[in-house]
Amino acid sequence: MSAELKAIYAQYLGDNSLILGQRLSEWCGHSPALELDMSLSNLSLDLIGQAQLFLGYSAQLLGQDLDEDKLAFLRDVMDFKNVLLVEQPNGDFAHTVARQFFFSAFQSLELEALKSSTDSELAAIAAKASKEVAYHLRFARDWTIRLGDGTEESTRRMQTAIEDMWRFTDELFHMDDTHQALLADGVAPDLNTIRAQWDALVDEVLAEAKLTRPGPCRPIMGGREGHHSEHLGHILSEMQYLQRAYPGAQW
Amino acid sequence: MMSDTPKKAKAPSKEWPLWEVFVRSKSGLSHRHVGSVHASDSALAIEAARDLYTRRQEGVSLWVVPSSSIVASDPDEAGNLFEPAKDKIYRHPTFYSIPKHVKHI
Repeated sequence: MSAELKAIYAQYLGDNSLILGQRLSEWCGHSPALELDMSLSNLSLDLIGQAQLFLGYSAQLLGQDLDEDKLAFLRDVMDFKNVLLVEQPNGDFAHTVARQFFFSAFQSLELEALKSSTDSELAAIAAKASKEVAYHLRFARDWTIRLGDGTEESTRRMQTAIEDMWRFTDELFHMDDTHQALLADGVAPDLNTIRAQWDALVDEVLAEAKLTRPGPCRPIMGGREGHHSEHLGHILSEMQYLQRAYPGAQW
Repeated sequence: MMSDTPKKAKAPSKEWPLWEVFVRSKSGLSHRHVGSVHASDSALAIEAARDLYTRRQEGVSLWVVPSSSIVASDPDEAGNLFEPAKDKIYRHPTFYSIPKHVKHI
């Protein structure tokens, strides 16, 4: 039973990285500048690498001849367990930055806590990934500040982006039954503790960026139970196309 | 904080100043010029340089320098500056043998 819960939890972590990685890869060749094209592609590849590790571990726990590729390319929308934030469209560059800042701030704290998990495999993946995510956070933080405290237009766009992404942030900290059970075993971190740290970090950066923290709003949740926005289907139709059209195709 | 004089019609990369990038490949060696990046300020220039020039483990340290700070010699003066060294072969330490295991000399 515990192995099954851990497998689900590893998919929470892996699917977040996979879907955001896929989203960021859409910028390849389209970024506002060559330098950003490289930065966003690097972030994307880091995240897909993390997904490979988390989903590989999940597959190992589930057995049944599964592997990370089968989990990534052969599951349907309702089987994906990523939070809704990461599947949101790239929008303009400010939206991509806002989404990245909120998620990387969360992920860096989550991985930092996961390093001391009682599950040594998850702890090892967290140790490797947290170095990558520390850079993602630095990148997203720096851009949030520059766009927020930039020109009239960049400030307006960044504030809009923060507000558009805000309603997806509550879900990050939602402790469902899987989280509760694994917290009791010392496998998963307490998301309530992480929320307090996240709030402090976000407040500090928004203040430096001269942006206004959005007020409370009705949160939108359900990603971990498979209730996704229509966007995820479109992401998967592109990401899974090759394996669906040519099953078992090898590189 | 962004570029001083934003111009609407131009792509961002054309507004951002140019920075020359230097990478130290490992401790003990000197930084070498590897190329340049466009960035609005020094912090973003370091990040862009990290993403462009060190993604295959090329380095352990980075420098960025505003390209406008670099003073170059005048190409028209190349003859005067560099040709006098041509016939002074005694300045080259070619008469010494270098032990094989000494690298980076």
